[in-house]
Amino acid sequence: MTKTHSSSPLLSVKDLSVAFMQEGKEQLAVDRISFDLEKGETMALVGESGSGKSVSALSILKLLPYPAASHPSGQVLFDGVDLLNAPDKTLRSVRGNRISMIFQEPMSSLNPLHTVEKQIGEVLSIHHGMGEKQARARVLELLNDVGIREPEKRLKSYPHQLSGGQRQRVMIAMALANEPELLIADEPTTALDVTVQAQILELLRKLQKTHGMALLFITHDLGIVEKLADKVCVMTKGQIVEHGPTEQIFSTPSHAYTKHLLNSEPSGRARPVADDAPIVLETDDLKVWFPIKRGFLRKTVGHIKAVDGISLAIRSGETLGIVGESGSGKTTLGLALLRMISSKGPIVFQGNALDGLDSKAMREKRGDLQIVFQDPFGSLSPRMSIAQIVDEGLEIHAPHLSAQERDAKVVAVLKEVGIDPETRHRYPHEFSGGQRQRISIARAMVLEPKFVMLDEPTSALDMSVQAQVVDLLRDLQAKHDLTYLFISHDLKVVRALSNRVIVMRNGKVVEEGIVERIFDAPETDYTKALMAAALRMETAPEGVVAD
Amino acid sequence: MSNKDMTKPAKPSFRDRLSPLNQRRLKSFKANRRGYISLWLFLALFLVTLFAELIANDKPLLVSYKGEILSPLMTDYPETKFGGFLPVTDYRDPFIQDEIDANGWILWAPIRYSYKTVNMDLPVPAPAPPSWMLDKEVRCAPFDEGVNDRNCTIGNWNWIGTDDQGRDVLARLIYGFRISVLFGLTLTFFSSIIGVTAGAVQGYFGGLTDLIFQRFIEIWTSVPQLYLLLIIAAIITPSFWILLSILLLFSWVALVGVVRAEFLRARNFEYVSAARALGVSNRTIMLRHLLPNAMVATLTFMPFILNGSITTLTSLDFLGFGLPPGSPSLGELLAQGKKNIEAPWLGITGFLSISIMLSLLIFIGEAVRDAFDPRKTFH
Repeated sequence: MTKTHSSSPLLSVKDLSVAFMQEGKEQLAVDRISFDLEKGETMALVGESGSGKSVSALSILKLLPYPAASHPSGQVLFDGVDLLNAPDKTLRSVRGNRISMIFQEPMSSLNPLHTVEKQIGEVLSIHHGMGEKQARARVLELLNDVGIREPEKRLKSYPHQLSGGQRQRVMIAMALANEPELLIADEPTTALDVTVQAQILELLRKLQKTHGMALLFITHDLGIVEKLADKVCVMTKGQIVEHGPTEQIFSTPSHAYTKHLLNSEPSGRARPVADDAPIVLETDDLKVWFPIKRGFLRKTVGHIKAVDGISLAIRSGETLGIVGESGSGKTTLGLALLRMISSKGPIVFQGNALDGLDSKAMREKRGDLQIVFQDPFGSLSPRMSIAQIVDEGLEIHAPHLSAQERDAKVVAVLKEVGIDPETRHRYPHEFSGGQRQRISIARAMVLEPKFVMLDEPTSALDMSVQAQVVDLLRDLQAKHDLTYLFISHDLKVVRALSNRVIVMRNGKVVEEGIVERIFDAPETDYTKALMAAALRMETAPEGVVAD
Repeated sequence: MSNKDMTKPAKPSFRDRLSPLNQRRLKSFKANRRGYISLWLFLALFLVTLFAELIANDKPLLVSYKGEILSPLMTDYPETKFGGFLPVTDYRDPFIQDEIDANGWILWAPIRYSYKTVNMDLPVPAPAPPSWMLDKEVRCAPFDEGVNDRNCTIGNWNWIGTDDQGRDVLARLIYGFRISVLFGLTLTFFSSIIGVTAGAVQGYFGGLTDLIFQRFIEIWTSVPQLYLLLIIAAIITPSFWILLSILLLFSWVALVGVVRAEFLRARNFEYVSAARALGVSNRTIMLRHLLPNAMVATLTFMPFILNGSITTLTSLDFLGFGLPPGSPSLGELLAQGKKNIEAPWLGITGFLSISIMLSLLIFIGEAVRDAFDPRKTFH
């Protein structure tokens, strides 16, 4: 199968450009990038969103939407053959066979109507013409390789019956089915929990070693790069601004952008809070149970315990961080505290019970209890200007103000979060992700709340923007004496912002304490595993975390 | 919420306010040439027929009589005004025309027939063929002075003949088109309002509300409309509005499904949760945040609902259960065409007018659908 010329690299990208036609205009997405990848080597392509890193990877296999996309210049030499000008037949024999790809979202990259066996078997039958029996044996072997337990049972599973990590493992098994010489991984762990991410990275590293394949790894996460890659290319605005061996890039970065990336990790610590500060929000044995109903009469046979008996108290000016894997119930807890979903148990806000208030009485309290959501693209109505978005809450909670007075408040709060008030009549799509998150924060802050729930406010943002948003949140807290409930799976951000931390798992508190103790001296195995995975990308012993 | 309509400083112009998405939609709509041209053709036809009274009328538009300017179009003058004795003036009567001509002048509409005017001066028994098919002598034979008669003019032509009651087909077509479109638009308008409201409530609140409403709609749609109409038509003479309300009873369900689905989908969007967290009321959330999402589906369906409404009215008229007898209607024209096979101008006119109108609307509908199709790209 191999006819590699020992002198030339396995993959050589030369002067590659990618342009997209948009409304009759040609937009350059990738601008003359070049890099080489040797056999068995790992290279990371690093950049923030919109830097053109995914587009570059997709154009290696010509997977872009042609003819909307085009290549004004460049060559992609794979084993001496230029893939950009190769006929479709050659490309098909390379795709999935000699070069494979894994994508970011394991749910949408697997066909929901096919079983695991069929998904992987398809690759084998296309490229090797394997029969059903032969293919099954190979599929089992592959599933074993990627660390899926009891593979015989999983053969007949559909994607929705697998967890996120298992789905990504199946994707990897598909990619490895034909023992490719090059594996392109496009942010394969971004959609996964940190603990699962550590496992997948470990798996990729192991498989690469045993199969001797080259790995092109696309990511925005510098932690992964440091751990995994031999070589790094840093991309921004469609250009590679710096490339070299990993240690060199991390120890002595030469380009300003690389330095900026490396320094953009969220830093700082939360402001200390006096022990006798008044308690703002308090709950005792809070429960959110969703009933499971079965049978003809829809009898309740059990409950999904999303939040199962949690007690907490948050002091004025304090930030309480809530961490845990997805599905641990952290967002549900936050929503229940703000009475966005129904729950059982007392909720006391500044001495007044919130539970038991009807929706009208609750509506009046909403001005004091605000939420900043995770997705800055989804949480702003696309059909309202940002002035209208920020103003909406004022219309309800400050009806006595005139339009001019409200507008003045909107201007003031936009200035405070760092948005030019002159742009307030524009629509959300005209702003970047970081700016949009600032607007969401402005929407909450304009009501001058006492308590703000921050539901993963930084996880949809680029690293350098994350740090800015964290700084902004901390400034606002100091200025207005705000109390935060900070929900995140990103432990670095939690450390930079929280006074105390609650670690949640399956709706229950695993560990609770001040931030330094949780991070530096975790007591339970689960917290230890979480910290190791998040901060050092290390996998935990089997059984401690989910797979 | 009181004065949010106050002018704000530096408000962007309409074109800029149109989001890039809507600008793209407008472009996609225009890119469908057939639909775009259909829209203008349809608007032109609709606008012209809206002023049917000025085009086809058996009353003069203006009359100058003894130094007085009269407008018979607006006011009903008794015949006594012109020296006669009847309570209503028949301006087609040669006696009245002589009287007015002697003391002033008459300005006629281009077509001197209204939809209910019976042409008493037909040269051949009704249904009469189009005037241009007849010789001038034959055409003018019924008039007192034959070819030299004042009334033997182009204004008295029956351009596409008459029906079996001697009424001018072109005049009936113009009025019939107008009533069809107006009926269709009104029915579409009201069924959209009811349908969108019902769908919105179901989708937004979901759960038990949704369940009960859904079952109700299933039962409701299984009521046989036509029989109900037959029964009602047997008891009362259906007027325009009665017919509209009966059809409305059943046509509103068309939009419920799509709007409900859009609301179900969008009610869990983060910006809706954000609005709820701000304390915005359910009504405002539905109107301000969710309705715009459902408008895409609604607008896409609209031309097809309009088409359906027009077809329903036409078919009822065809069967004789539609608008009261004597009303100008395309369905009745078709029925006459079927009855009088020997007068092909009736059937052909009916067929062509209905098929052209429905085709134009379908083409517009296709263009609207293209415009809202997110997968459609134009290079």
